[in-house]
Amino acid sequence: MQSKENILEVNHLKINFKTYAGTVKAIRDVSFNLKKGETLAIVGESGSGKTVTTRSIMGLLANNAVVAGGNVLFHGQDVLKMSQRELENLRGAKIAQIFQDPMTSLDPTMRIGRQIAEPLMVHKGVKKAKAMAQALEMMKLVGITDAENRINDYPHQFSGGMRQRIVIAIALINYPEILIADEPTTALDVTIQAQILDLMRELQDKIETSIIFITHDLGVVAGMADRVAVMYAGKIVEFGTVDEIFYNPKHPYTWGLLSSMPTLDTNGDELPSIPGTPPDLLDPPKGDAFAARNSYALKIDTEKEPPFFKVSDTHYAATWLLHPDAPKVTPPEQIIERQKKFAKMQQQLEDKKLHHKVEETEEQP
Amino acid sequence: MELDNAKKVLEVSHLKQYFNMGKKDEVKAVDDISFDIYEGETFGLVGESGSGKTTAGRAIIHLYQPTSGSIKFNGQEIVGLKDHKKMQQFRRDMQMIFQDPYASLNPRMKVKDIVAEGIDINHLAKNDDDRSKQVADLLATVGLNRDHASRYPHEFSGGQRQRIGIARALAVQPKFIIADEPISALDVSIQAQVVNLLKKLQRERKLTYLFIAHDLSMVKYISDRIGVLHYGRMLEVGTSDEVYNHPLHDYTRSLLSAVPVPDPEYERTRTQIKYDPKYEDGSKKRELVEIVPHHFVQCSQDEIPMYQERAKEMGLSVRA
Ligand SMILES: Nc1ncnc2c1ncn2[C@@H]1O[C@H](COP(=O)(O)OP(=O)(O)OP(=O)(O)O)[C@@H](O)[C@H]1O
Ligand SMILES: Nc1ncnc2c1ncn2[C@@H]1O[C@H](COP(=O)(O)OP(=O)(O)OP(=O)(O)O)[C@@H](O)[C@H]1O
Ligand SMILES: [Mg+2]
Ligand SMILES: [Mg+2]
Repeated sequence: MQSKENILEVNHLKINFKTYAGTVKAIRDVSFNLKKGETLAIVGESGSGKTVTTRSIMGLLANNAVVAGGNVLFHGQDVLKMSQRELENLRGAKIAQIFQDPMTSLDPTMRIGRQIAEPLMVHKGVKKAKAMAQALEMMKLVGITDAENRINDYPHQFSGGMRQRIVIAIALINYPEILIADEPTTALDVTIQAQILDLMRELQDKIETSIIFITHDLGVVAGMADRVAVMYAGKIVEFGTVDEIFYNPKHPYTWGLLSSMPTLDTNGDELPSIPGTPPDLLDPPKGDAFAARNSYALKIDTEKEPPFFKVSDTHYAATWLLHPDAPKVTPPEQIIERQKKFAKMQQQLEDKKLHHKVEETEEQP
Repeated sequence: MELDNAKKVLEVSHLKQYFNMGKKDEVKAVDDISFDIYEGETFGLVGESGSGKTTAGRAIIHLYQPTSGSIKFNGQEIVGLKDHKKMQQFRRDMQMIFQDPYASLNPRMKVKDIVAEGIDINHLAKNDDDRSKQVADLLATVGLNRDHASRYPHEFSGGQRQRIGIARALAVQPKFIIADEPISALDVSIQAQVVNLLKKLQRERKLTYLFIAHDLSMVKYISDRIGVLHYGRMLEVGTSDEVYNHPLHDYTRSLLSAVPVPDPEYERTRTQIKYDPKYEDGSKKRELVEIVPHHFVQCSQDEIPMYQERAKEMGLSVRA
């Protein structure tokens, strides 16, 4: 995965919204990249900027949005500088999106076969008969049973899970390079969710698309992501591989998120919770925006924003706790358990390597 | 909890709640369910969308007239209860917290008036000062402060609004609270705050909860016992540890296998159990049968040995 090329690079993105109350600083210097074929999950509380970030990638910012800095490079070309025509060509053909509520992204008055075929006709100039045939294939691919007979049905004739499959079919019909999935399963039952997630994984293998997956459900992230970016108050505060974030998290906000969600094994009288609420982005606090809710906050957190500290080649976290001079702290219990698991996994990896080497040397004459 | 000696506060038996009866679009939203809830416990009701959780809650709190069946609260039959005084008492003793903290609070009312609604209806305040004091106490109990009393709901975050909803429910000193997806609309970090608050209140006030949710991890955490609903029928009832660790019904097994776990290693090897509803077809009469002490499964007489076998395979001692 590491060696693969970046198809998307977001660099120092800053986005503000002009409102009556003042300027909302929604995205405050966000950088990340996306590699071919990988799934990057973005997690974080409501209002942390997940949707605004991904909408900027599609060139779909609200009228009151101002790009205050940075760029979004798709194959090296800045999406934020594209003309309306170029953007239309990008959306639906190269970058596609699935939203939380399937009903809002479907046209209730249009037969579903036609809706699935439309992007092909619009973006690729495919003739109707051929587009409809491809739509039928796509319906089968996403698991709509009895597709031949249902191609002329309307959205309301399908269940929620089936509707989300239709939305996925529309998004994938042009084999986009990037699929942005914004809470695609939040409105669904767990059993249906499991089917949709399986489907997404399966399709990703088939058409080699990269996925940006937005969700607040860390269980879903654990099953879907190759890498994870954790957002807080308009910034990425930690990113790494899925194992690094789940088994060796370094930012106290990530600690809080992971421990406040009970697993089927959680017992005890009180769940660890993050006190308070996120800061007001009209007037973001000085220093680390998480400081006020952070029981591990240092004095410097209220004065100076922490830079990213490197944990590994793939893992970075913006917390002063990683500064060489910072005091040693004990993370929450659940996190210590996770770190133990990480240490064990690392050890197993080492052993395997060693084992390999030994075998190799033995083979030599 | 020692179930054998516990006191039953709620006894639901053969409850049916049908909509559009006799019409083409008849819905058997709740179809002959029976279960008990013990004093001081949290009973979790889980099931997929449309399985009848909300309908069951609303029928129990008497927002609907049940199609048939019996609901006893502290031994008192509620279905068809004519005695006005007793009904009023029931309406105080049982309160409901709703899923949507945005829709369930009147946007035109100040927080203090929302919270005091029940106090006013039941004439629980001696005078204005007493009313204000009660409201201030309630707000403090749910972690808000007295300054919040004169504000309007839109000035609060989702988690704070849910606290206002809880304060409103507590105002009439209920004994039993039905919480219908009280945290589903909230962020993960805020969910934990509200769940901790509910647990604390339960300890302090000896409250009994019926907790409705579709987030199975949270239900497991908060509940002492759990009931699994599917198509309006109760398929399995038991302590949460029992139901989660040793599920007996195929549907429960399938549901649990679909829960995403925040552990990548586990997720990489997880396989979902497909469900075949053969144990629910209408051809046989099925009732909840106690297979393991306090662990019930909906089955027919001839299916009992199969479930007993399953229980034994999991190392459980089967009820004779
Ligand atoms: N058009 C707009 N005008 C003003 N503020 C906006 C606008 N769109 C978004 N915001 C603000 O930008 C911030 C980030 O919003 P965003 O929708 O990206 O959050 P999110 O992380 O996707 O949250 P959620 O989990 O609730 O979907 C929020 O503070 C939001 O209120
Ligand atoms: N007033 C009503 N009239 C007709 N049908 C109804 C009514 N209320 C609920 N239903 C139907 O009864 C069934 C059970 O609905 P209910 O709202 O109890 O499900 P639920 O388990 O709470 O689902 P969710 O998880 O989506 O809240 C559904 O099929 C629903 O459409
Ligand atoms: Mg969003
Ligand atoms: Mg409901």
